[in-house]
Amino acid sequence: MLQIRKLPIIVFALLIIAFPWIARGIPGIGNYPDIMVFAGIYSLITIGLSLLMGYAGQISLGQAAFFGIGAYISSILTTKYGLNPWICMGTGMGVAVIVATLVGVPSLKLRGHYLAMATLAFGIIVYIIFNEEGEWTGGPDGMIGIPGLSLFGFQFNSVEKYYYLVWFFVFAVFLFTINIIQSRAGRALRAIHISEAASNAMGVDVARYKIMVFVYSAALASLAGSLYAHYLNFINPSTFDLFFSIKLLIMIALGGMHDIWGAIFGALLITFLSFEWLHFFEEFEVIVYGLILLGVTMFLPHGLAGLPDMVKDWLRK
Amino acid sequence: MNEQKAENILEVHDIIMAFGGLMALINLNFKVAKGLIKAIIGPNGAGKTTLFNVITGAFPPTEGTVRFKGQPIQNLKAHEIAARGISRTFQTVELFTNMTVLENVMVGCHTRTRSSFIASGFRLPRVKREEEKIRAKAMETLEFVGLAEKANEAADSLPLGERKILEIGRALATEPELVCLDEPAAGLNETETQAAADLIRRIKERQITVLLVEHDMKVVMDISDDIMVLNYGEMIAEGSPAEIRDNPKVIEAYLGGEENDA
Repeated sequence: MLQIRKLPIIVFALLIIAFPWIARGIPGIGNYPDIMVFAGIYSLITIGLSLLMGYAGQISLGQAAFFGIGAYISSILTTKYGLNPWICMGTGMGVAVIVATLVGVPSLKLRGHYLAMATLAFGIIVYIIFNEEGEWTGGPDGMIGIPGLSLFGFQFNSVEKYYYLVWFFVFAVFLFTINIIQSRAGRALRAIHISEAASNAMGVDVARYKIMVFVYSAALASLAGSLYAHYLNFINPSTFDLFFSIKLLIMIALGGMHDIWGAIFGALLITFLSFEWLHFFEEFEVIVYGLILLGVTMFLPHGLAGLPDMVKDWLRK
Repeated sequence: MNEQKAENILEVHDIIMAFGGLMALINLNFKVAKGLIKAIIGPNGAGKTTLFNVITGAFPPTEGTVRFKGQPIQNLKAHEIAARGISRTFQTVELFTNMTVLENVMVGCHTRTRSSFIASGFRLPRVKREEEKIRAKAMETLEFVGLAEKANEAADSLPLGERKILEIGRALATEPELVCLDEPAAGLNETETQAAADLIRRIKERQITVLLVEHDMKVVMDISDDIMVLNYGEMIAEGSPAEIRDNPKVIEAYLGGEENDA
């Protein structure tokens, strides 16, 4: 029986709450809370991707596009129309839902490699739009002057405040997703992963569930995009390119696709690697990612989340 | 024979199923009486599984109608047909290998329950209540098929005999009125075969109609009320077990076919 235990979640939540204080006390990691903001933002995307890929077995190479849709809609509506950022965030998610439905209905009829190709093409098209629609998106230069977030007069205007805001979203989304996994809908998704024919025969509307999980992952990516834009106050298209979609895949592969925890582990690790620990490699960084992906598929098929079980099995032998 | 004046739960009219130039089913006409066990036999490639796929909506027939309780269903999608009350098993066992035995049966409860994606995310009280209901119902189904003590084992850790039984249990969890069993005894040893046959009899006792594809002639002759014989997509005989046993066409189809051991 798939049962996600509560204790680790509570422990992790306490660690997240305490982390900024801990970081203050340790020299040399003063910038870690800032990196953790990005890790949290990426976790929002990988949680959705984990449900889509790890649980429901549908591949998407277009998540960067939904991330970008959220970021650009927030940016455009705030800077050009002066709308409230929270409304923009909701609008971004709404647009992501509509776009994901339009893309999902035809492409989720495809399987495996074809679905990967369709979402890949979608990601590339959206990326080109970000670059070319200069009047709206600022073209390759991107957009500046995106306002920060505030709530009832409270400004999320420091790294620490934004850190707590982002991780609040991560926990809300994490718990929501865990509830889905441990329910009728979650079982339907896991069933689809193994056999669409048998799922259909059990009365699961396979097509509908595939679209719902795709839409859900898109909405989360869009939410992450809005949070990203309001944090950095500046965006440009290169953030939302194909490589970012692939990086997201590396995150969940490294973390472990078949475990929702893997989404968070993977996002944390890859974010720290790319922001902090891999600078040494400079332009060869991408090769390191390749090696990580290769290593994970060969030696850690269940990712970091599968490590405890692997160790247990190994000790038993 | 039983009183067969009773209503027909399933009526198949002039079904043609063509895959490109290949005619898998040719002008099939038959009825399934409610509450009985009807077996479909025939050599390999006769179209038995194709017929199941048409009835359960895996694909629509090229021509013809399938009526379930009087309603045409041939153009419904598979999940809609499951909701109407037809369930099935698969020749090559298609269990959800990423789940436990209990969870497999819980997926079977899908079509009789409501909790939505969003409501599940919020874990509303009614979702919790329904989850309890699903679990109880699945457990009860496992008890009926005799797998209750394996509820928490991984589905793919079971031996073949129990995997087949589990698949039947999962089908029963959809609360079907008609269940299509595709070779429930294939690959089973004698004890397991006996268990499967007993289970099918008990399914009938629950007033569930059974449509059975099976190669094991002993099982077919023992438990069926009615048998129909397919050969190259056409029905060549239909009748009681005794009638079928003595039918010269059937004997020829079977003895003429080399690879069949029936």
